[in-house]
Amino acid sequence: MQAGDKPTILEVSDLSVSYGKVEALHGIALKIRAGEIVTVIGPNGAGKTTLLSALMGLLPARGDIVYLGQRQGAEREVESLVRQGMTLVPEKRELFGEMSVEDNLLLGAFDRYRAGQRDHAETMAQVFDTFPRLRERRTQLAGTLSGGERQMLAMGRALMARPKLLMLDEPSLGLAPLIIKEIFRIVAELKKTGVSILLVEQNARAALAVADYGYVLETGEVSLEGPSGELANDPRVIESYLGLGGRH
Amino acid sequence: MDLQIALLLGQDGITNGAIYALLSLALVLVFTVTRVIFIPQGEFVAFGALTLASLQAGKLPGTLWLLIALAIAAAAVDIVCALRDGQAQRIPKVLAVNCALPAALAALLSIVPAASLPLALQVVLTLALVVPLGPLLYRLVFQPIAEASVLVLLIVSVSVHVTLSGLALYFFGAEGSRTPAFTDATFEIGDALIQGQTLLVVCASFTLIAALYFFFERTLWGKALRATAMNRTGARLMGISATSAGKLSFSLAALIGAFSGVLISPITTIYYDSGFLIGLKGFVGAIFGGMASYPLAAAGAILVGLLESYSSFWASAYKEVIVFTLIIPVLVWRSLTTRHTEEEE
Repeated sequence: MQAGDKPTILEVSDLSVSYGKVEALHGIALKIRAGEIVTVIGPNGAGKTTLLSALMGLLPARGDIVYLGQRQGAEREVESLVRQGMTLVPEKRELFGEMSVEDNLLLGAFDRYRAGQRDHAETMAQVFDTFPRLRERRTQLAGTLSGGERQMLAMGRALMARPKLLMLDEPSLGLAPLIIKEIFRIVAELKKTGVSILLVEQNARAALAVADYGYVLETGEVSLEGPSGELANDPRVIESYLGLGGRH
Repeated sequence: MDLQIALLLGQDGITNGAIYALLSLALVLVFTVTRVIFIPQGEFVAFGALTLASLQAGKLPGTLWLLIALAIAAAAVDIVCALRDGQAQRIPKVLAVNCALPAALAALLSIVPAASLPLALQVVLTLALVVPLGPLLYRLVFQPIAEASVLVLLIVSVSVHVTLSGLALYFFGAEGSRTPAFTDATFEIGDALIQGQTLLVVCASFTLIAALYFFFERTLWGKALRATAMNRTGARLMGISATSAGKLSFSLAALIGAFSGVLISPITTIYYDSGFLIGLKGFVGAIFGGMASYPLAAAGAILVGLLESYSSFWASAYKEVIVFTLIIPVLVWRSLTTRHTEEEE
């Protein structure tokens, strides 16, 4: 890997998040370089969603977060991070159910529109090219979409912001195997557009297949990390997450 | 009751109903965006009507002092926040945003005799004095507790209502005011005599409702407000800040309230505390729509207006009782027909 020559998008060190007195994450360090897909895998309850919420400013966190070369202060706000090109596709999708697919996408470009960029029609055409299914459903209400379509809409809406860093929280959760395959194909395709992706997944096999680098998160700490090819061959990962061992 | 009286009462009912409909829309808007049950909505009606009346009487409305005081307080809070974030360079902008309009209005009112201005300009001046109170109240009172429970927000809302109606008594006195009619025209359609003022109120209300519909359906800011109402987290992730959405919804609510006050002040005598009852009737309408549906809220509010008008003919002593008793069957109907959905917050 040519580690040095790509600029760092996000670098986190010694990150801790607490819910009241319970510490959900401690001493997390991770790094994402431009154009990379980095994945965080781990079991349920390891703190994966907490990690993304903290990075997005939805939860207060302690530690150093450097995004686009700027150290983030304690009062990081979701809105200002969105303005700086960070987007999160949350696990629950958080769509606007009583609005059409088109309006959901349009609101994805809200911040850019407010900043005076009026190229949302063009961006929407690109999103429709990536997700042709959404073009067919453009006038349908988001609440009436199937699970796979909802995930596509959530990703499309995030892409409307033309993000520098796209964070995906369990995009395969609750979807049929064929749709999961489609979603991961699209994630791999997005990499070609130059966006950096932080992918949080329980589906470790699929995540490691598309990612460049991976972290294993267990009970709030990073227990393993490495290039995804190496992680996929690590006996501990195979035993716990890839299910090849099957000797329990 | 003969047909002529029935038509007259119907006309009255629809006029009041149109005003209640406007207020019910404001209540639904504020509640869905900020979860505040906006009891002071009616105070904006009273402030609108009484500010216009005192401008016409050649007095300086106390609204100006309230506006200046709130603007200074908001500027002070914003400056403290800017200093805490280490962003002292924001201070001039904060001062300009908060204090420019009140200062301009104070200067204008001290130079120009408002009583001699044409009615349209007096109305504009009234709106300029009353509407900014909405976002200022949001900034000072509701923004710091935006994450509080609906009950806490309601209690604070009641206290704002009590404070504002106390201030209205202080500013405008205990006597009621009635402003001259915008138009003296009358029309005769068959047996019915239609007052130009009535027609004006109904037309203006429906124009404003149509404008609101256009705003919510066709503009990005309108869609952003609806998005915040539907899914607060989702909206924040799009960069729609809860604070801007809250300020915008309070501004619209204040505009609707003040505009309603200007519209009804030639029809009804408005006292410092009249706003509360008017607002509550809008609230009954909003309950029809489950505090969520705009068309149902408006329809319910018009029904409230008609019911009030006809009950004032048959049992005028009980007209308020009849109107507010309506809330019970409506609540029963709503709780029987609405599916209870578990909200994920």
